[in-house]
Amino acid sequence: MTFQTSRQTAARSMDAWNWLAVPTLTCLMLTLLFALPIRVFGLVPPEPVFLMVPAFVWAVIRPSILPPIVLMVSGLLIDILWGAPLGLWGFSLLFGYAGVLASRSFASGQGQSMNWVWYAITCLIVELTAYLVTLIDVQAAPSIVGAFWQWAVTAALYPFAHQLIERFEDADVRFK
Amino acid sequence: MAVIVAGVAGLGLLLSDRRETYKAEAYGAGRVVVDRVVAPAANVLSTPADWARSLGNGIGDYFFAVSENRRLKLENARLRQWRDAAIALEDINSRYRALLGVKIDPPIPMVTARVVLDARGPFANTRLANAGEEKGVRVGQPVMSDAGLVGRVVGTGQGISRILLLTDVASHMPVLVDRTNARAILSGDGGPNPTLDYLRGIDPVRNGDRILSSGDGGVLPRGLPVGTAVKGLDGHWRVRLSADAVPIDLVRILLFKDFTDLAAQKALQAAKMPPLTDVPAPVASSSVLPPAITSKPAPAPVVAPVAVKPAAIKPSVAKPAPTKPIAPAPAPAKPVIKPSAAAAEPVR
Repeated sequence: MTFQTSRQTAARSMDAWNWLAVPTLTCLMLTLLFALPIRVFGLVPPEPVFLMVPAFVWAVIRPSILPPIVLMVSGLLIDILWGAPLGLWGFSLLFGYAGVLASRSFASGQGQSMNWVWYAITCLIVELTAYLVTLIDVQAAPSIVGAFWQWAVTAALYPFAHQLIERFEDADVRFK
Repeated sequence: MAVIVAGVAGLGLLLSDRRETYKAEAYGAGRVVVDRVVAPAANVLSTPADWARSLGNGIGDYFFAVSENRRLKLENARLRQWRDAAIALEDINSRYRALLGVKIDPPIPMVTARVVLDARGPFANTRLANAGEEKGVRVGQPVMSDAGLVGRVVGTGQGISRILLLTDVASHMPVLVDRTNARAILSGDGGPNPTLDYLRGIDPVRNGDRILSSGDGGVLPRGLPVGTAVKGLDGHWRVRLSADAVPIDLVRILLFKDFTDLAAQKALQAAKMPPLTDVPAPVASSSVLPPAITSKPAPAPVVAPVAVKPAAIKPSVAKPAPTKPIAPAPAPAKPVIKPSAAAAEPVR
């Protein structure tokens, strides 16, 4: 009886709302906030790819059929929000997601610093994909410095990814 | 499997997307719907920031009123001198125009809009403004800030318009160097300083040269300030944009129409071609004139008012008036050439 109760509680905490919807909506909201025309002492705020955080966590903890679809749709929303070519960020994030899935067997279970490196490499894959797609699409090379800064601020978001991992890693006993 | 399916869908969308084109339908209904939902929300969210900025400006104005007053007095004195010079130049200019019969471009109406979203990443540099179709904004129209050209409109909807900035990697704009009149294409790369591509001629540009829109292709008016030329660290000539000098929270969308839109196309089409048998034989004495001018059958007084109208240059050459062909004399052909050259002068 006790076992059944704990199992039900764990399953409820991993429902689609908490696991998929809340992180996605939070990331979209943050993207919108950072896209407002605000200057702080004449400086513009950076433009990180917030969706990289759930994309990484979803692939590390519990890969399933829904995250790629959510990533694609939310990537499309970001494309529209930023005025980018439709499909650019959806495709690039999926590329990163697939990269994490491929490296999951030998990279998972490491310490926090190694996970940060893993996350930063994934961000680099996503940024490189977006760079190459843009290069082919408009036949002009985007600024490498701009792409580097975006990668740097996105890679700096790992603490949020770590929080999500900590929160959901033990939530569903079926995946222990 | 889901990754592959979603990836293929994304790739398909990427291949079909053409956001940078001048076609209004390329922007897509989906983008317009999302923009229309996001714009009011962004407007509300950015209001506290606007209040904070206004408060900061107010405090600054209070504390620096004396120094600002001195600076403005000096600037006012300089501007009075410029005003006198402008009046004199305008007087001479209007006399020349009257003498030559030049018809200048009509004044361009404009719409002021507020920027509610600002994408500044390496792969997309766009802004969303809160004025759209209801105010006459159309795809392709140029957008300016207080200081200079910002970009052009790539999508419109009810109450919104998407602006592709000069710094976007998909932006290519024909410009000229004010000092040498050399032409170039200003290409964005996602960084703050777009590059000057396809520069031709010997020493066409130097550090600090003023860059203006060239108006080539008829998409933009000529003479809009773009920025100043600087040599980049990579050796390429780049442009420090004038629009960067001020925050772009308010923009002006110029309701500029292409030359072909300004011309009365129906009236031009109504003129019938004379039968081929009436075409006069080539005259040896007209060999000093360019072929396009010499082939005109109408006499100079008839051709001159048509030729000086910028919008009607091409059709007037292609479809001459159905008058009896007369072999043109060399002397009256000069006014035909000069006004058409003068019509291309910048309007500032």
